[in-house]
Amino acid sequence: MSSAHPTADAHGHDHPKHLAHHYDTLEQQFEGNKLGMWAFLLTEILFFSGLFVAYSVLRSNYPEVFEFGSKFLNTTLGATNTIVLLVSSFTAASAVRNAQLGETSKLKMNLFITLLCASAFMGIKYVEYSHKYHAGLLWGGNAHSLFNPEAPYVPHGDHATDSLVVQERIAGMEVDESRMFMRNMGRFFGVYFCLTGLHGIHVLIGMVVITWLLRRASRGEFGPDNFTAVDLGALYWHLVDLIWIFLFPLLYLIA
Amino acid sequence: MTVHAHDEHHGLGHVLPVSTLAKVLGALVALTVLTVITGKMDLYGFDLAVAMIIATTKAVLVALIFMHLKYDRGFHGFIFLGSLLFVGVFLAYTMTDTAQYQGDIRQFNQQSVAEELLNPLDDEADPGAGSPPGNEGH
Repeated sequence: MSSAHPTADAHGHDHPKHLAHHYDTLEQQFEGNKLGMWAFLLTEILFFSGLFVAYSVLRSNYPEVFEFGSKFLNTTLGATNTIVLLVSSFTAASAVRNAQLGETSKLKMNLFITLLCASAFMGIKYVEYSHKYHAGLLWGGNAHSLFNPEAPYVPHGDHATDSLVVQERIAGMEVDESRMFMRNMGRFFGVYFCLTGLHGIHVLIGMVVITWLLRRASRGEFGPDNFTAVDLGALYWHLVDLIWIFLFPLLYLIA
Repeated sequence: MTVHAHDEHHGLGHVLPVSTLAKVLGALVALTVLTVITGKMDLYGFDLAVAMIIATTKAVLVALIFMHLKYDRGFHGFIFLGSLLFVGVFLAYTMTDTAQYQGDIRQFNQQSVAEELLNPLDDEADPGAGSPPGNEGH
């Protein structure tokens, strides 16, 4: 299309409905958008890698702390959340198929199930986080943390169980050794909350994206030549799933 | 308009059959169950390796099928692998570094703990420091 084309106002001219003016063909538009999404996913992977490297350094330096700290994470809840995310990835991939084939009602259903799974994931995460908060299983700098070096939190009643397990673990240690251990336990939970927290923020952003897709799908906007948004949204969602696939064994399954 | 021979439909991208998606989900769930089981076993020092092999297998399935990389432009896979390569470089150099200075790190940690024990709180004069503390948070 030459720039000499004077009819900026004429929207009756001959190009497919969903083709933006700065692309020649739908295929070029699709490939361009997808390339941009992959470039974004690359930055996401590098973004998370900082925390994964921090995890690796701390775990290699203090393996006994990570082994002990992992006992306070609920494997059943972690595994349930893994399955929930895998199912949501399946429904997201199915949604792309539905959009490609123009199956609007199935598309809406699959997006809705994806959203439901994401909510379930965050719900389970909330149960885990609130338990840790009440038990004082937090990073060392937190005033409510068992591992606060200046004034360790002392939980009462039912919430004291985990605290007693920690006390038992450090009972036979020298004073400086137990201090070091408690300090590193604070680091373990620091890494835990940073990694799962950053991942959780991504889940929340994904939920916003899926809600937006659901709204557009309800208006019947998606079809065989216009499914890029669903495709790219699903790619983001799969990345969130990929990160969790590594987080689950690294945090919950330390033997 | 020419139609690609293997494409289920015309147009952009590749349409995945439901059966393929379902099989991948089945494999992913099975691998999750497997990693929980092996995670509870004592694998004589290979625990982390086994867990990472299973996680990587799951990641490959998600990337190749759910994320369409198997059917996509090779360049997208190249970007993905490129990011992982640089994560590898980041990790390898950092781990080499932390291993190199292990002795210094231990020494520093011991010293700082020892100093903390000698001067419990230098910035605040708190008579209760050192003894099992009260609950200052909430």
